[in-house]
Amino acid sequence: MVQVVLWGSLKSATGGATKVEVEAANIRELLSRLGEKHPGLKPQLDRGVSVSIDGKIYRDAWFQPIPPGSEVFLLPRLAGG
Amino acid sequence: MPLDNPKGQSFRLVGSRPDRPDGIDKVTGRAKFGADMSAPGMLVGKLLRSPHAHARIRRIDIKKALALPGVKAIVTRDDFKEIEGDLRDVSRNVMARDKALYDGHAVAAVAAIDTATARKALKLIKVDYEILPHVTDVEEAMKPGAPVLHSDLFTQGVEPTPKKPSNIAKRHEFGHGDVAKGFAQADVVVERKFKNEATHQGYIEPHACLASVGNDGQGELWVCTQGHYAVRNVCASLLGMDVSKLRVTASEIGGGFGGKTTVFIEPVALALSRKAGKPVKIVMSREEVFRASGPTSSATVWVKIGIKKDGRITAGDAVLKYQGGAFPGSPVDMGAMSAFACYDLENVRAVGWDVVVNRPKQAAYRAPGAPISAFGVESVIDELAQKIGMDPIEVRLKNAAHEGTESSYGPTYGVIGLRATIEAAKVHPHYKAPLGPNQGRGIASGFWFNFGGQTCVSLNINIDGTVALAVGTPDIGGSRASMCLMAAEELGIGYDQVRTIIADTSSLGYNDISEGSRVTFSTGMATIQAARDAVKKLCGRAAQMWGISPEAVLWENGHAKPAGANAGDFPPLSLADIAKVAANTGGPIAGHCEVNAEGAGVSFSTHLCDVEIDPETGFTRVIRYTVIQDAGKAIHPSYVEGQYQGGAVQGIGWALNEEYIYGADGKLQNAGFLDYRIPVASDLPMIDTVIVEVPNPGHPYGLRGVGETSIVPPLAAVANAVSAAAKVRMTEIPMSPPKILKAMGEAQRR
Repeated sequence: MVQVVLWGSLKSATGGATKVEVEAANIRELLSRLGEKHPGLKPQLDRGVSVSIDGKIYRDAWFQPIPPGSEVFLLPRLAGG
Repeated sequence: MPLDNPKGQSFRLVGSRPDRPDGIDKVTGRAKFGADMSAPGMLVGKLLRSPHAHARIRRIDIKKALALPGVKAIVTRDDFKEIEGDLRDVSRNVMARDKALYDGHAVAAVAAIDTATARKALKLIKVDYEILPHVTDVEEAMKPGAPVLHSDLFTQGVEPTPKKPSNIAKRHEFGHGDVAKGFAQADVVVERKFKNEATHQGYIEPHACLASVGNDGQGELWVCTQGHYAVRNVCASLLGMDVSKLRVTASEIGGGFGGKTTVFIEPVALALSRKAGKPVKIVMSREEVFRASGPTSSATVWVKIGIKKDGRITAGDAVLKYQGGAFPGSPVDMGAMSAFACYDLENVRAVGWDVVVNRPKQAAYRAPGAPISAFGVESVIDELAQKIGMDPIEVRLKNAAHEGTESSYGPTYGVIGLRATIEAAKVHPHYKAPLGPNQGRGIASGFWFNFGGQTCVSLNINIDGTVALAVGTPDIGGSRASMCLMAAEELGIGYDQVRTIIADTSSLGYNDISEGSRVTFSTGMATIQAARDAVKKLCGRAAQMWGISPEAVLWENGHAKPAGANAGDFPPLSLADIAKVAANTGGPIAGHCEVNAEGAGVSFSTHLCDVEIDPETGFTRVIRYTVIQDAGKAIHPSYVEGQYQGGAVQGIGWALNEEYIYGADGKLQNAGFLDYRIPVASDLPMIDTVIVEVPNPGHPYGLRGVGETSIVPPLAAVANAVSAAAKVRMTEIPMSPPKILKAMGEAQRR
């Protein structure tokens, strides 16, 4: 089970929770299960997010493993200039 | 891809300062920029732009314009299909549909045999506008009763979702802990509101492109851009073309800074060319660049920070309101994420509001959103240091984020270099230098993320042992030199033996845009991997010639050698020796890499600024400026220093001079470099630089992106210096002479 910390404004899509738990071994599974469990998150997930695993931020890597006990954050999709 | 040797690395070429490969071309005028391209039978494209800030477009009559001799094609909204999804707003920004949403919004375009005819035709196009009330100020746009730009825009991120549309697109919130509890623990609390005007990236080269679409539906586009693959994909979608039928070549680029990460004229040129059956070139005027490309946000920022008398910050809170122009998507989310990212805080919160107004759709500008929030936070830190009587460097050191800090936006930091930059500032001669009358000194720190992204490179070994390296990321800051250095380092050959080119979109796999300080990091990582791939193949060819196993061959100083006595006794083969007989040993030798580069390290910078104010006029001159930034590993230090200096100069311009000025009519009043003044060399001292190197564990050489962080601290560093010299806290930028005089006068009256 992975505990995911959402950024504050997403709590409106999770009934007020900023920490949610899903069963996932990699980023693809994480995003897919988050969307299933909290359909309100789906529009944001479809628009794009970044995922931080133990301090490293990933934008696209579906198959990046999420080791047990990892610190996982959902973040807006980063863009630069 | 992890750091090769965490205990320290020595390099043969990386870290040296060879001449830039594009230098001669650029100083002799041989380099081809966007407007330098031409084609036989080429037509001139010109755009008709809305003179109104907000107007419904009832009808567009092109009959008279089309009948003008020499006019070959006209396009309007009817020539672009309705797009839904991610590209909807891009499409509507490229060509207005039901409404013109800002002064300068494109409403039609003409292709004609020459400029005079095209201009004449624009005057013959009749647009029937219903003028609507407009709003250009971010706070005015948020008020109930403000003119609403989009009837289908309902604020996201609030509970419950509003039932009425408004100009507030989205609410973001980041942080942790309990800020109320933190403020209760503070000995001193400072709370202030800051305001900044919108600025433009100010690239010297206006947007330009040449499009050619044949009767067979195949197209070519030559364009000045930071990302030609993205241009290809977006244009193909907007025009309903197969991606494979559009080949895009990036020209040299005369500055981008984030402003050339999207499309404006490119789909229009392609649509005109498709309709006319001839190549069409469009070059924006400077006025068009200001009115109709993408400046950054204007914003208001409220910041509250509490501190103990011993200098420990107990809580930080901020509310950011950024306008993103006529469409959602201001960088307020990244402004909120980065606002307090320099500090190790138990209680922190940053709330961001993304707001639409009747201005051009904002585009990325170097560390988008971060300089604006840093201006507020770093100003309040400065004021708190004064109030508790502590050196502002000591306050920063006491609270600086470090490895293991839970960042203000969430993730725990790995190895970072913020503290190293602050400590370097503390011992820099600049910090202790005496100041004269009417002079003040400011310090500020800044943070930016950096990222990797999709990257594809091809490294080809030529018959004479030289190397052609094809990359797909436009060189916007010296990346060709860095790639040559990294390839040569890996291959064991000279810098001059590698030539790096920017390949067109049909020659390599997809490459993400040159943005996010990503190119030296991710294209560098791909180049290193491609070189290692080529080395493996070179060793294989040597093994074949020697009749030994490839595993028994090693690559050293540009030569294949037997790995040891047991491998046999063979004279080393140079890269050129192996290349010369490639045809006989299996054909061409090349290394490739396709990667979605991950592992980018975050980056920090600390700036010192001295200013002198003329008390009679309020005119401010920057008299000394020092940038100290963590590069992880500087591949080509001169280019790294150039990035530090360039970011600082743009930030100084933003702090002191630059601003978009809108009249009550919603029209931009200063669309030119005479009235929108960017700093030039004679305005500034030499910007001093210090490169700090705290290796990034996510890159084989340890490098971090350096292109953006340098613009984050200057707004606050200059504001803190001006506030010290003027003896009054400055909270609005640009700090133009009238604003400084007014603030000084008010302070004296108090």
